[in-house]
Amino acid sequence: MTSSPPLAPAVAATRPPLTLRRRLSRLPGAVVTFLTVLLAGAWVFPLYWAFITSLKPENDTVALPPKLWPETIDFSAYTYIFQNSPVVRWYLNSVVSSLVITVLVLLLSMLCAYALSQINFRGRRWLYWLILAGFMIPFQASLIPLFILVNKLGLVNDVMGLILPQLAAPVAVVIYKQFFDQIPSELGDAARIDGASEARVLFSIFLPLNWSITFSLAIVTFIAAWNNFLWPFIVMNDTAKLTIPVGITQVQSAYGVAYAKTMATAVTAAVPTIFAYLIFQRRVTEGVMATAGLKG
Amino acid sequence: MISPPARPPAAPVPPPPGRASQVRQKYLTAALLVLPFVALYLLFLIYPTLRVLQLSFTNADLSGNGAYVGVQNYTRLFGEPTFWTALLNTLLFILLTAVPNTLIGLGLALLILRLNRLKNLVLAAFFLPYVLPVSVVTNVWNWVLDSNFGLFNFLTGSTVTWFQDPVWALPSVAFVTIWWTVGFNILLFIAGLRNISPEIYEAAALDGAAGWRLFWSITWPNLWPVTSLILLLQLIAQFKIFDQIYLLTQGGPFDKTLVLLLYAYREGFQQQHGGYSSTIGVVLMAVILLVSAIQFRLLNRGERS
Repeated sequence: MTSSPPLAPAVAATRPPLTLRRRLSRLPGAVVTFLTVLLAGAWVFPLYWAFITSLKPENDTVALPPKLWPETIDFSAYTYIFQNSPVVRWYLNSVVSSLVITVLVLLLSMLCAYALSQINFRGRRWLYWLILAGFMIPFQASLIPLFILVNKLGLVNDVMGLILPQLAAPVAVVIYKQFFDQIPSELGDAARIDGASEARVLFSIFLPLNWSITFSLAIVTFIAAWNNFLWPFIVMNDTAKLTIPVGITQVQSAYGVAYAKTMATAVTAAVPTIFAYLIFQRRVTEGVMATAGLKG
Repeated sequence: MISPPARPPAAPVPPPPGRASQVRQKYLTAALLVLPFVALYLLFLIYPTLRVLQLSFTNADLSGNGAYVGVQNYTRLFGEPTFWTALLNTLLFILLTAVPNTLIGLGLALLILRLNRLKNLVLAAFFLPYVLPVSVVTNVWNWVLDSNFGLFNFLTGSTVTWFQDPVWALPSVAFVTIWWTVGFNILLFIAGLRNISPEIYEAAALDGAAGWRLFWSITWPNLWPVTSLILLLQLIAQFKIFDQIYLLTQGGPFDKTLVLLLYAYREGFQQQHGGYSSTIGVVLMAVILLVSAIQFRLLNRGERS
């Protein structure tokens, strides 16, 4: 940590007990800390509340006054949604498409960025500018032609129609290029003189040197693919083919007012990204910073 | 230097390839590496971006078939009150989210940075909503803000139907959006605050600056590149707002929360007016490109300094 607190504990320990006045002077800081923690608690409270609701029998969810913790833990909302809605199917769709998107985005971006960074071919600056321009282009504005195109290709309601447009994002290419540019060119040249192919230079020198950013990018790409709503919502129509974030919006309308079940589906849909974040917190932070154009 | 390991007797070396074939080899390799991404990029991002412009001058349906109609879509769009409602609501939504989200992000970043042991835990609490799918966020808030059984109305005694109320619907969606996304701004602000050199603070402290004075004379000006970046990112993101609105209010009540992208969605995917919907897309694109161009210049300036 770079910043040290105004009163370092080690220093305070060697001093005689604090006078009342000094104790009081610390009070405002303690109050601010307390309020910060309280606010953080309030911030996650809706998530706690959703989780607790999902563990109640349906009748208890609307009981007044609301019970802040369930008296008995009841999984009936979960068993109901697993038996009566295609949640498992949607889950599988999401897992498969998010994993495929993550692997392909990283692989294709890496290959492209490697050529842009290491191979001196004519037009590479021009190509790089074309890819940078993609940063500014909002795909949402051209949803209609994108849908028409995917429809002409026969890929509406097809997992390929779901995946392919999500591979066209330039962010990972630009990040990889920046990282590859920083690797001393002698490293690659030495291997090439020894007869290594470009693919070998990439996968045995450049990739191992960039495992850290690759890992961070993989996690944020996976989370983004999992969470993506608009395109999956547009392109997939069959109930059985939906991804889970789109699927759960249908469950909600099908149940009417059934909060335990609605919250159970919400919790189920959120579990992978929440765990990905809690386990790889530092990686997610690094990845988010990189994609925002700032290196953390 | 370490001497290279002994090699087996050299195999017969193939004759050195000609320069022309070496160059050809290089271009072939570059093309193979670049092609998979660039092909998808051109097909699924660049081509639709150009096609939307062309479609906006036609009366195409959702299959893409239609005749050229000149600027008819544009005259209809600018004469259509619903378009102005959607534009106004979008701007109102930006006003309710972009600036508050930036300022709240800064405030929370400052609060988090002064913590010691609790720092990571508190940061995680504020960032956690950001990793959730939008439909989870809207489901959770639909429940918490439910007018009859929701916890919020129970605690406050309010009877407002937050997402169906003509006055409260848009601010409610804005609030949910801030709750969902402020963690991203906090991360960027924390990075920005850490980049301000401690020596500047020490020098200012020696000159007797403290508290608010220190914030306004040191923190705020030094943080401005990050603040402006966040403001512009917010501006672009909120201009494209769709998901939360669609899931929480569907644009209602009485189009009070109808925004541009939702208008384009209605016209395009519900009414099959592909050409007219593309016109809305072009307007959306034009504004976003303008804002992006400003952002790009700011970012480049930041990199140079």
